[in-house]
Amino acid sequence: MSAVRQDVVALRRSAPAISPARRLTNALMGGLISLGTLLVVAPLILIFYYLLTTGLQALSPEFFTQTPAPLGETGGGLKNAIIGSITMLSMASVIGILVGVAGGIFLSEYPKHPLMPTIRMLSDVLAGIPAIVMGLVVYGLLVLRFGFSGMAGAIALGFLMIPIVVRTTEETLKLVPRATREAGLALGLPRWKVILQIVLPAAAGGIVTGIMLALARVAGEAAPLLFTAFGNNTVTTNLTEPMSALPVEIFKLATSAYETDRQLAQAASLVLILLILITSLLARYFSSPRKYRAK
Amino acid sequence: MTPILVAKDVDIFYGDFHAIKKVSLNAEIGTVNALIGPSGCGKTTFLRSLNRMHDLTPGARVEGTIQVDGQDIYGPGVDPVAMRRRIGMVFQKPNPFPTMSVLDNTVAGLKLAGVRDKNQLMAVAERSLRGAALWDEVKDRLHMPGMGLSGGQQQRLCIARALAVEPDVLLMDEPTSALDPASTAKIEELMSELKKVTTILIVTHNMQQAARISDTCSVFLNGDMIEHGPTEQIFQHPQDKRTEDYVSGRFG
Amino acid sequence: MSQATKRPPGRGLSSRSDDVFRTVIIGLSLVIALIFILSIYQLATVSWPTLSTFGLDFYTGRTWDPVNDVYGAFSMIIGTLVTSLIALAISVPLAIASALFIAEYSPKWLAGPVGYLIELLAAVPSVVYGLWALVVIAPKLAEWQLTYFTDPAKLETYSACQELWLQGTSSFQCFFVPSAADGRGLALATLILTVMILPYTASVARDVINLVPRDQREAMYALGATKWEVISKAVLPYARAGIMGGVLLALGRALGETLAVAMVIGDSQAPLTSLWQNFSTMASVIANQFGDAQQELHRSSVLALGLTLFFMSVIVNVLARIVIKRLTPEGIK
Ligand SMILES: Nc1ncnc2c1ncn2[C@@H]1O[C@H](COP(=O)(O)OP(=O)(O)OP(=O)(O)O)[C@@H](O)[C@H]1O
Ligand SMILES: [Mg+2]
Repeated sequence: MSAVRQDVVALRRSAPAISPARRLTNALMGGLISLGTLLVVAPLILIFYYLLTTGLQALSPEFFTQTPAPLGETGGGLKNAIIGSITMLSMASVIGILVGVAGGIFLSEYPKHPLMPTIRMLSDVLAGIPAIVMGLVVYGLLVLRFGFSGMAGAIALGFLMIPIVVRTTEETLKLVPRATREAGLALGLPRWKVILQIVLPAAAGGIVTGIMLALARVAGEAAPLLFTAFGNNTVTTNLTEPMSALPVEIFKLATSAYETDRQLAQAASLVLILLILITSLLARYFSSPRKYRAK
Repeated sequence: MTPILVAKDVDIFYGDFHAIKKVSLNAEIGTVNALIGPSGCGKTTFLRSLNRMHDLTPGARVEGTIQVDGQDIYGPGVDPVAMRRRIGMVFQKPNPFPTMSVLDNTVAGLKLAGVRDKNQLMAVAERSLRGAALWDEVKDRLHMPGMGLSGGQQQRLCIARALAVEPDVLLMDEPTSALDPASTAKIEELMSELKKVTTILIVTHNMQQAARISDTCSVFLNGDMIEHGPTEQIFQHPQDKRTEDYVSGRFG
Repeated sequence: MSQATKRPPGRGLSSRSDDVFRTVIIGLSLVIALIFILSIYQLATVSWPTLSTFGLDFYTGRTWDPVNDVYGAFSMIIGTLVTSLIALAISVPLAIASALFIAEYSPKWLAGPVGYLIELLAAVPSVVYGLWALVVIAPKLAEWQLTYFTDPAKLETYSACQELWLQGTSSFQCFFVPSAADGRGLALATLILTVMILPYTASVARDVINLVPRDQREAMYALGATKWEVISKAVLPYARAGIMGGVLLALGRALGETLAVAMVIGDSQAPLTSLWQNFSTMASVIANQFGDAQQELHRSSVLALGLTLFFMSVIVNVLARIVIKRLTPEGIK
């Protein structure tokens, strides 16, 4: 026993301390990581500072109530773009929600269907297609035949929403416990009623979050609208006519030579960002765990 | 007798929750010390204070003194990193590093300490794997992923990994609770060998296991240590009524 | 027959309604496949004139000349790759750093806000990044670039480089000398792209790092590892598949990122001789030229860029998935 103890004591004494090099690396990496984080958040703070200082000035009641002033004149607003954005986003949501939620239900509730892996793959791939390419596709599909229209723009945005909604819907539906479904089936309810009346409501919070996130994402897109909705200086809610949108106007105004145009672009950016922020805050609200448990 | 580990009046809090109340415990060199008690009584909490794992838990606070080999591990100027190297830990669930081979898992601690010599690493790996009674089963697949082993083998790999740095004290938190009886028996057999080179503190829910392998036994209840003594005494002649109830399975 | 009559009432009805429901769901899901197929069909048919006229020369040709109706996309492909890869190289380490900061370093009260700020970065529209780059960053760059035209010593360097540039070549040193003084160009486009893909990589990195089980970290700590050793030896190896996948997904985004780049890159098809010169990417050419493209071949060539971009992003996305599958260590999920 005592020999063993001696061994143990000997071992103990031999344990080396941590080398200064290891300590130094540790401290250095800690510093670099903090610095890196600072660099990541810096642009956001700078952009918000820029928009708040410049955009707020340019924001006036006319911004919301008037259409752009004729070339060379000052003043005017972007009522046409605001109405256009709202109209097209509403239509896009119809497409995105219909196909997206159905796709999510398909992937989550019919996992054994032979088409399931294909649809899942295509949906994931679709999520990676650049927005501008989606604009070209819709241009070929619709604009070549029927001309520029708000409908074409809404369809392009809707296509972009679909994969985001599919993914979040699938993920939230999968969180609904199996037991919940079985409880419904055991009551003698047909499967579709179980899905529509029990599973979907249980997952509603997460699905709404997905829809809001998808909306926030496409609300800022101008690329898919350039060759589909095109833009329009008059206010319209008629989806068969060309239509304007906030991001499209920002794109056009930002590259303009006139100082007043640039101010309008800054105001529009501020409004657009605030709209997107509100949407994603709402999305957060719907997905908050408190909400979940209440269901 | 020389205690290698001395814990004195240890209090542990999670925020406002007082999880361990004034617990004192000595562990002699080369012994196996079992910590038993009903679920939620604070065994894990106490064990994790012995290698400063609570430093990583937000809101956790440890008071009192804990000395290993005469040195206060919570003392000023003590580097928890250097200190942990001398106090090994085996977790409830086997947790080999999934991206490392069996060999790399075994010598992970040595590599951290800067040992690069292939021969030395190999020698230590063999010694540790033999010490964990795993060598014969893995000697032909040292370069396979550690995750490819069975659950029982993985746990012995984790024991080998802890042994490789030659710790003064080895903390084991229910090391066999995720294992089948055969693997459990293997690890129990190991204990009597292991205590020749280190001192073991083991948390277990299995009374027979505690009785079979430990030299001393500490009984926890609701954050208090209600009894501590030689294992034989705890099981044959418990001083506290509650201990008797617990070891005979009347509550818990 | 007697079997059927024994069924509880409504049973047959509900199973038929189940069939209807399933058909509707599958029908709507097939729209996803339809979009994909129509996309390829559309893009392929309209870019056919270009692809049949130029064949592979479309990808290797260096002249993009609407006046003479000759279209070679080599330089804009290079533009896309250069901007994306540099942006990726800068943003990935930063993104991982921010994810590690949130998961391992930051005090609890700071982790939430920092994470939220990074999410907000993803919410800023492309055109707003472009506007900011044009109005705020470009003038700052221009100020510095101007020194090459005012400072005599620098002007000398510039003149020497210009000789090279005019011959369509460059040297290592000249590659970093500004060729114009308006702040726009390849460098600004790359910078803005870096900022734009940061949140994607960062949020993927954060998700995968959060998935690393606590006991992996604790096992490393228990062996006497420093915090950085825990990160480099336990956390990052465990998360590497997810991070690699995230990097590829961010690459996919960078390849197709359009308007911010189109606004600041300057839309030039000159040979690449300086990091600061005006240049173009596939996406920026689509945005800047498609509206004005009059000749059929010009239009078709722009659409062929779209087709190429389409396949590039499909490949990158599929690759991302394969990487995540292949690199995920055995035993993780
Ligand atoms: N991180 C924590 N934060 C707050 N409370 C905790 C935390 N960890 C443990 N506790 C609480 O401390 C008490 C002791 O927990 P501990 O895990 O030490 O019990 P245990 O004896 O190991 O139980 P078991 O046998 O089930 O593993 C419990 O009431 C538990 O809920
Ligand atoms: Mg425990």
